[in-house]
This record gives sequence, structure tokens and C-alpha cells, in this order.
Amino acid sequence: MRLHEYQSKDIFAQHQIPIPRGRLASTPEEAKLIAEELNGPVVLKAQVLVGGRGKAGGVRLVNTPKEAEEEASKILGSRIKDIPVRRLLVEEGVNIQQEIYLGMTVDRECGETLMIASAEGGVEIEEVARVSPEKIARVGINPLLGLRDFQIRNLATEIEIPRTLWRLFTAVCHNLYESYQELDSTLAEINPLVITTDNRIIALDGKILIDDNALFRHPDLMDKRDISAEVPEEIEARKFGLAYIKLDGNIGCLVNGAGLAMASMDIIKYKGGHPANFLDIGGGASAEKVASALRIILSDPQVKTVLVNIFGGITRCDEVANGIKQTMEELNPEIPFVIRLVGTNDIEGRQILAEANLITAESLQEAAEKAVSLAKEVA
Amino acid sequence: MSILINGSTRLLVQGITGQEGLFHTRQMLNCGTNIVAGVTPGRGGEWVLDGKIPVFDSVRTGADVTGANTSVIFVPARFAGDAILEAADAGIKLIVCITEGIPVNDMLTVKQVIRDKDVCLIGPNSPGLITPGSAKVGIIPGSITEKGNVGVVSRSGTLTYEVLYALKQAGIGTSTCVGIGGDPVIGTNFSEILSYFEGDSQTDVVVMIGEIGGREEEKAAAFISEHMTKPVIGFIAGQAAPPNKRMGHAGAIIEGGVGTAKAKIEALQQAGVQVAHYPEEIPGYIK
Repeated sequence: MRLHEYQSKDIFAQHQIPIPRGRLASTPEEAKLIAEELNGPVVLKAQVLVGGRGKAGGVRLVNTPKEAEEEASKILGSRIKDIPVRRLLVEEGVNIQQEIYLGMTVDRECGETLMIASAEGGVEIEEVARVSPEKIARVGINPLLGLRDFQIRNLATEIEIPRTLWRLFTAVCHNLYESYQELDSTLAEINPLVITTDNRIIALDGKILIDDNALFRHPDLMDKRDISAEVPEEIEARKFGLAYIKLDGNIGCLVNGAGLAMASMDIIKYKGGHPANFLDIGGGASAEKVASALRIILSDPQVKTVLVNIFGGITRCDEVANGIKQTMEELNPEIPFVIRLVGTNDIEGRQILAEANLITAESLQEAAEKAVSLAKEVA
Repeated sequence: MSILINGSTRLLVQGITGQEGLFHTRQMLNCGTNIVAGVTPGRGGEWVLDGKIPVFDSVRTGADVTGANTSVIFVPARFAGDAILEAADAGIKLIVCITEGIPVNDMLTVKQVIRDKDVCLIGPNSPGLITPGSAKVGIIPGSITEKGNVGVVSRSGTLTYEVLYALKQAGIGTSTCVGIGGDPVIGTNFSEILSYFEGDSQTDVVVMIGEIGGREEEKAAAFISEHMTKPVIGFIAGQAAPPNKRMGHAGAIIEGGVGTAKAKIEALQQAGVQVAHYPEEIPGYIK
């Protein structure tokens, strides 16, 4: 789950990380009012959960409350990468001496939490890593010891933070680590963290990702989730405990297991077709769950054929077949279904489908070939 | 022989009285596994499966009484990190965690603690292991495997079954199949399992099934070119997957350009691994 900049900054502020003065506005009048309060140049920042916001015109610097109102009326209600802008963060302008990067994430390879810093702030860290990896400093944190002062000094030395600012920088690092741990984050980024002309350190931006698997420990965060940037089908699927991701092809896929679901998409592509989605119904799915999965697949108007690939273990093929039959009777879809069932109760499953007059396949390869040629015929 | 599990495996099931735990305990027994104990805190003293298996309150007592040397974990995600630590603390040498959905920061702590112990953790989010004909620890269906000389190692569940099934259809058997787990932070990685297969006299060929996310397949490729004498056949799932989307498994995500199927396939091919286009092509590469 990704938090907005304003939500991330609220969390930073609660953990004593300095942020610019400012507030959230949802109308141009509010933006004007906040600009008046701040009494100086302000920055308007669209609160949308997509990357490349600045380039898309979602960040503006203005000098007067009147300008703030005018610009806010342009940004509010506009769309950034097709996501409507409903809120703006209105913040005081800050005089920047230097922009740095400070972030934390999970290092999958070493199995530890990393704190990462770079003297090149304000640009994507992946870009810095690609172009000038020597400019990135990192320390691994032992969860039993926590982040140690000497590690922060090592980071500060490596990215050449003036010694006079070490005390402030150390505090920011400790506070970031504390908030990261407390929220079960998998990413916390301050980019840029700025040194102002009057030698303060301020978090000018903020991005936090929370581990979905740890949300049970944070019931208060559940209602912070903003779904406006998510695909409606994906939200619907989550309600039924399905992992669904929309793609741009025309062959709908229903599979049990994430790895097999990916492999089924891959073989469609290899055989010259285009998958319309990733969909994992999980283990032991009921007929009802299968039916709701099919409803989501069929709600995509691009879908011209549906491929069902089930390798029954905990999942029972007869249960899946019943779900398919139920959907057929209920929606009477006009597009062809190619179905391959192997494993637990597959004979019973195939029997149910034989009655429903659907196209079946013995192997995944055969199923993919049939689905690809049917999708071409229909299109 | 085989790797990690065999006829001398003495298995303890953590979460044995739960619905999943009980169902799979029965399946594991059917595959000939020597299951000596179960653990559910608060249910010590009971017996399950018609009095065949005693239940204990803790792994320590269960292991002390029965001499269990391997544990399999079926407890819910919020308690699973603790269950791994409990097994390690009780001196269990091989811990297999089936549970999906453990918070990644919990796993980082677990990894730190077990790092200095003489313990092998498989998973979490793993289907477990099977050595056809002698033992099964986890949930891989026994009916789709048969004894043979091909070692299988994979990050996923049903995709692994697909491969085992394709092998069996072609008359090819398995020495041991290991599901290392689909999470971003797991106990044992590809390279370690590959080294076990390299040293196993029963294994002549290895099939490695990777997927998008992380760089473990690339590391395995480096290991293969430096240390493996046995042929390795590869498959990477997620060639049609878009970036920055989590494909079902917590670990299956392309982030910052890292973890693409293309990079993994290229690395494996450079290490001399034949990479199949789809699972059913794999048996054709094994002579």
C-alpha cells in the first residue's frame, strides 16, 4: 500500500522530521487561504499516486495568494496520467542550498534493511544507481541492533554532508528508521531531503510503502488507502481475495497459483497471442470464487477468449468446473472458453464441462494454441 | 540418495490441529513420511489421526520426546515468524515454512537470528519438499511425482506441479523437489539448493524454475557457471509481466528495472543453462 506525499509527511512530522509548513487544499479558495497564511511564495503539489508528477505539470511555484488560487483551479480537476487531481498540498517555498536523497528499503539479496543516501537528490535513485553508482552510499541494518550512530556518520561522510550538520542529519536518520519500523514499511523515501540556505534540514517530499502483509497490525492505516489510482477490476478482485492485474491483450486468463498464472500468460505470448490479465484464484477456490473471477474477466470488453488453466492440488477441478458452468448459465457469454483441468477431481470436472459443451484441452500447450487461434478468429 | 529429506526424516508438524495442518498431515503420511509429532500450543496431550500422532504444547517438548529433526509450519502468518524461531530454538535442523503472507520485516529479524545457527530454513510461502518414495514435507501432491534422477528447485507452487507432471508424463522421475518460496526474503536460495544437488549421487540433472523479481536467478547463474558440473534446465515465469506490479507472489515484482525475466534468461543462458519457453518443453531438454 502506497501513502500520499501529504500522508507520508504527516508521519515524518509525528516522528520529528522537519517538513515545510503547509496544508492540504481541495478547492482553489482553500489554496488561496493557505497561501495567505504562509505569507510568501508557495508550492502547489498535486496529490496523486503516480510517478512523474512534476513533468506532467502537477507541481507549481507561485508568488502570491491570487496566483495560488489561479493555478490551483487549473490543477484541481485536471488529470495526471489519467488520475483526477482532487487535492493539493500547499507548502511554503524553501531556499535550497543542496538536495540530497535519503531512503530505506528491504535488500532482498542480503536479507536486511538498507539505509541509502546520495548527494544527488531530487532525481530518481534508480537513475543515479544506473548513471553514477559511486554516488550512492548504503548501510545494512541489523534488526536486533537497530541503526547505529556510526553508520549514520559513515553515510554522512560518504555523501559529504558538512560536519556542522551531522547532528541534524543523525536525528533525521534515526527518526526515519523509527517511523519505517513502526509502520512496517518496505520503502520510505525522502527525495529530496534539502539543506536550506540557513542550514536547516527539511524533508521536501515523502514516499512511504507499507507492507500489505503487515496491515493487520495497522488497522488505522486501512482507511488511508487511496484507490483512485487503481484499476476498478483490481479493486473488485481484492474484495474476493483474488490477485488480478489488468493487461492490454484479449485473452482472459483464470489460473490457480501465481507462478502458473504467469507461465500461462507467457505461453499465450509465446504462441503469438496477448493475455488480457493476470489472475490467480489461489488455493482451494470455491465455485463462487471462480464465478466472481470470471465475472471480472468478462467485464473487460477487450476479452475475446478465456483460457482456464487449473492444476488441482488443494484446488478441486469439479469445484472450478461448477463455477464455470454457473457463470455460463448466468451470463451466457458469447466468447469461447478453452479449459484445461488436471489434478484433484479432474475427471469429475471434465464431466461437468462436457455437459456444458465447452472447449477442453489436455495440455497447457494445446490450451494456449487453441485460445490464441480462437482469439484471432473472433478479432 | 536425495537432498534434505529422506527415510531418516523425523517430522514434527507445527499447527497440526488446524484445518490445513491436519489435511496435509494425512497426505504426508500417505506419501510414507515418518511424522513423529505435532504442536499446537494449548492442545498438548491430544492425539490426532486415529491416535497415530501425539500433539505437544511446544516444539521443545515435542522434539525432546520424539527426536524430531525436521519441522513443517502450517500456522497463520501473524504467528509464523515466531513458529520458525521456536523450531530453531528447539534445535530443529530443517524448518519448512508453508505459510504465505508473513510481514517482510518479521522475516528479516528471523533471518538475522537463524543466520548464526546450524539450521536450514525452506520458505516461507513454499509448497515444501518431496523425495518421491521416501518422504514428503509440505503440500506437493505425491501422485504427480515418481522416483528418478532429476532434481527440481522452484520459487512457486502449482507451476512446480505442472513441471513435475510434465516430467512424469515423459517417464522422467525426480530425486528431490524443493519449493524455496515466493516471498522476497526466504531462508534458502537457489544457489544453496543447486550446491546440494551437485553433491547428491542420485541427481544427474537439475531443473530450476525461477520467476521475475530480485536477482537470485542471476546469482544462481553465476554459481552454475563456476560450480555446477551437472546440466541445468531453466524456466523463468513472468516474461509477459508488466513492471511495478506484484504478480501474486510477494516477491514477484520488477522494481527499478531489476528482476526482469529477460535479464534472468540471459544470465542463465550465458551460464550454459538451456531455458525452456514453457513448462511442457522441459522434458524434451532432458536426455
